[in-house]
Amino acid sequence: MPGLSEAFGLALGLVLAGDAALTRIVALSLRVSLTAVLVAAALGLPLGALLAVARFPGRQTVIVALNALMGLPPVVAGLLIYLLLSRSGPLGSWGLLFTPTAMVVAQAVLITPIVAALARQVLESMWEDYAEQLRSLGSSALRAVPTLLWDGRIALLTVLLAGFGRASAEVGAVMIVGGNIEGFTRVMTTAIALETSKGDLPLALALGMVLMAIVLTVNAAAQLLREWAARRLG
Amino acid sequence: MHGLPSPLPLSVQGLGFTAGGVRVLDGVTFALRDGPPCLVVGPNGSGKSTLLRLLHGLLRPTEGAVRWSAPARQAMLFQRPVMLRRSVGDNLAHALSLAGIGRDERPARIAAALDAVGLPHLHDRPARRLSGGEQQRVALARAIALHPAILFLDEPSASLDPAATRAVEEIVAGIAARGTKVVMTTHDLHQARRLAGEVLMLHRGRVAEHAPAAEFFTCPRSPEAQAFLRGDILE
Ligand SMILES: Nc1ncnc2c1ncn2[C@@H]1O[C@H](COP(=O)(O)OP(=O)(O)OP(=O)(O)O)[C@@H](O)[C@H]1O
Ligand SMILES: [Mg+2]
Repeated sequence: MPGLSEAFGLALGLVLAGDAALTRIVALSLRVSLTAVLVAAALGLPLGALLAVARFPGRQTVIVALNALMGLPPVVAGLLIYLLLSRSGPLGSWGLLFTPTAMVVAQAVLITPIVAALARQVLESMWEDYAEQLRSLGSSALRAVPTLLWDGRIALLTVLLAGFGRASAEVGAVMIVGGNIEGFTRVMTTAIALETSKGDLPLALALGMVLMAIVLTVNAAAQLLREWAARRLG
Repeated sequence: MHGLPSPLPLSVQGLGFTAGGVRVLDGVTFALRDGPPCLVVGPNGSGKSTLLRLLHGLLRPTEGAVRWSAPARQAMLFQRPVMLRRSVGDNLAHALSLAGIGRDERPARIAAALDAVGLPHLHDRPARRLSGGEQQRVALARAIALHPAILFLDEPSASLDPAATRAVEEIVAGIAARGTKVVMTTHDLHQARRLAGEVLMLHRGRVAEHAPAAEFFTCPRSPEAQAFLRGDILE
């Protein structure tokens, strides 16, 4: 096992040289997590908006369930999807287990509740502010959904960034449903876990640096967006 | 207005509103006819804003009824107007779109309404970044751009400087002269004198007096109106 400073040096070298294996892993991670965010946005944003404006029996239950699902442990989500997609499972014939698609599904399942619950919070307080004015102008609650989604676009973008951060940092679910197959389903987090246990610290560290950089960038972008929007849109 | 059947007279019968155990309005009965503005006056908490919300249909009466002679386009300027997180122009465009006004017709309406309130230069500014008074005038522009048959104004000049207040009064008088029925609250008795065709005075959720302006200001009948005009403090 190389010393720590040596490992750092090697890791930095891999990052700077744009090592092929490293690049492939990072690219797959980004592809999987970004796709999962798109799916979560398509499902979670309208769901959150509807929950914000609609009043129906059972609404409170749905909100409590969503909030609880925000804390769903990734390994449990992975296990459930594994059971669904495994050969003998109900969706086994789709042949999705151990594919990037299965990993997208796993991450989407994890972050859709987060996106929906956070969007609901953001849009509900906006709706409290807007409801009377919009009703006066002749808007129904349903018609207000696109209005709210548009007016909340910056806040919702930061919600999606939070979802992306969580998806790309998650390891348990993609490990179970993806299988960490080299060159096919190996992403940053699963590679870090594997390389660390194998003792290949340089690659693990290099991936860790990239992951950190991505997560920090995403959070900084969210922060800057919020500040810009507060100044610009009020 | 515009050749449609008139929504007036409006008949309000035994209107009551209770919320959170508070009796906000009680046994409010009056009729509203075509003509110059109806000014709604009364001390803080007497129920003016609640009455406007009930007439506008935003609140459901707990007793009694609000009966218009025909449905018609209404607009309301709230005591605390809410701007969308968009430009001033887009705020007006959104209101026009909700009212079913076609895309082609919107720019001219928006320009005319912003001109009327003296703020054409604010067209592209983010609406929520404007000052309180500017927002109130933009909200007035948004209301008049709809060309409503009935216009509710809840203290439209409460946060305006004297010049802007005068400008708003001129706009209101102009709209009323062109056939819109204006129902407006104010705390400014001078303003009420300048604008009112009739005055509806509320006190503790009841109608203290409803009279033509000339009568209300020269020989008020109710003790509440007499005290109010003398400047006494009404509880
Ligand atoms: N939903 C509600 N729940 C409880 N109390 C209410 C509710 N709506 C209005 N009220 C009360 O009814 C009274 C009348 O309110 P309203 O806003 O109509 O008064 P106002 O005449 O417009 O007063 P102001 O001159 O201060 O604008 C107030 O005491 C208010 O607290
Ligand atoms: Mg009021």
